[in-house]
Amino acid sequence: MSVKLSRQDERLLAGRQGKAARMAMRILIRMGEVLDAPELMDISQAHIDGCGLLSDTGLEFAETLAAGDGRVSVPTTLNMGPLDLENWRHFGVNEEFAAKAIRQANAYTAMGCIPTWSCAPYQGYLTPRFGQQIAWGESNAICYANSVLGARTNRYGDFMDICAAITGRVPKCGLHLKENRKGQILLRLADIDPGVMQSNAFYAVLGHLIGSLVEENIPVIEGLDVEASSDQLKALCAAAASAGAVALFHAVGLTPEANSLTEAFGGNEPERVIDITFSDLQRAWSDLSTAEDKDKLDLVVLGCPHFSFDEFRELAGLIRAQTEKNGKLHPDVKFLVISCQTSYALVQRGEFLDKLRDFGVEVTLDTCVFHTPMVSADTKVIMTNSGKCAYYAPGELDVKVAFGTMADCVESAVKGYVYREEGLWKES
Amino acid sequence: MERILRARALVAGSAEGPAVVSRQPLSLWGGLCPRTGEIIDRRHELSGEIVTGRVFVFPQGKGSSTSSATLLESIKAGVAPAGIINLKVDPILALGSIVSDELYHRAVPIVILSEEEFFSIKQGDHVTIEGDGTVKVRTTS
Repeated sequence: MSVKLSRQDERLLAGRQGKAARMAMRILIRMGEVLDAPELMDISQAHIDGCGLLSDTGLEFAETLAAGDGRVSVPTTLNMGPLDLENWRHFGVNEEFAAKAIRQANAYTAMGCIPTWSCAPYQGYLTPRFGQQIAWGESNAICYANSVLGARTNRYGDFMDICAAITGRVPKCGLHLKENRKGQILLRLADIDPGVMQSNAFYAVLGHLIGSLVEENIPVIEGLDVEASSDQLKALCAAAASAGAVALFHAVGLTPEANSLTEAFGGNEPERVIDITFSDLQRAWSDLSTAEDKDKLDLVVLGCPHFSFDEFRELAGLIRAQTEKNGKLHPDVKFLVISCQTSYALVQRGEFLDKLRDFGVEVTLDTCVFHTPMVSADTKVIMTNSGKCAYYAPGELDVKVAFGTMADCVESAVKGYVYREEGLWKES
Repeated sequence: MERILRARALVAGSAEGPAVVSRQPLSLWGGLCPRTGEIIDRRHELSGEIVTGRVFVFPQGKGSSTSSATLLESIKAGVAPAGIINLKVDPILALGSIVSDELYHRAVPIVILSEEEFFSIKQGDHVTIEGDGTVKVRTTS
């Protein structure tokens, strides 16, 4: 099937706006054919994920577009990159890797992308509005933009994202269209105590469970009638988009396209109904860890997705409580927080950065442990409060991982071994 | 005996080689080594097979969108399969091949077959993919 082109599409295809725009348009049209899209449509914002991973071909692609006068035509933010651009030497990244990563960063910023280097772009700069058509990469951000904000994006990965940003166009299909955003599977939270729903860990655990239950279908959650914070919903999206390919969920009474069950399903009947009990959540909680309690701990990783100001503040409170009872970071444990410049700028104006540094917290910006070689080879056990980090760490970093609350992470970092407080999640 | 099948050409092009066949989906990222052409997903039934120069028949891609980059890398390194035959459209695989075509003028043809025809191709069959989506299968045994 051929894709119908606008006059402007034809101009780009003819190379009137440079070689890069021509290549980007050719790729988009060919992908439109693959996706059976009748035509292309406008987007008014983009978020690039392709800047994150360093590969020789990815670098060549970015440099080819930049050299061909590629310029983004819509406001475009950047996901985390392969390097902490200011502090990479401190983290022992080798020169050759860093040189290529800097070339890749330069190629994207030369095309006019805004150097946000953040995987939580919805908490920083240029947050999309309800109904806005956007082209976003990064699985957690796609899920957040669609579900929490009600903006509209398909799952754009490497290469497609920058093509969309340069041309301002995407194939008209999928989640860009209202009729494809209806719920498919009903998930009913059966016997979950409202107190549990207040806890931060609940959101990562629920996300992990949802991702493994629905894969790439659109779930509708009933019974999540709480005032969840942006950070809690961030944790839910990140975990759901890792364990499954969740690009959109609805939560009745909470997310903007689900004021009622009927609205969430767009008048359709659910294809499946699944009741989620507290014991399902406990199993998902266990499933997030491959390490055991009492395992010797090497590294704590917080900030997946990137830490917000509020999360820094929460961490500072937990560390203050430790230092007041003379708790110190165990000498064999490293404590790493991953964030972006926009949150860090606020933290620098807060009053707790010194407390974090005194405790031994290291902060890395612009990147993450999965994309830059900064986790040393002798790291065997890590601990995190992130469902996404817990999901990917065993395969990607070849480590055992323990999932716990932020408080558990701090307590374990002092003890030097994995410690999770008795109570909510542990099955007795 | 040669059979002629009609496929949907997702990424058009011609290719020829012995078929390497799986009934399991595969994520190329973490599943295909882009330097050697070996299937490195140790849970996959083709683990250890080399797909280079062969026509890779498997139902669909899955998982990470980074699979586009893996396919692109393997084409650049000259270790990609000669062609890919899938049952379901996977835009992520198609994108990797299309970007390679635009960047290096080298693509891996990808075609989609109906269920019956897809399952008729056996390991070791000699397969030819033509630009218009015609697939010729010669059973060697």
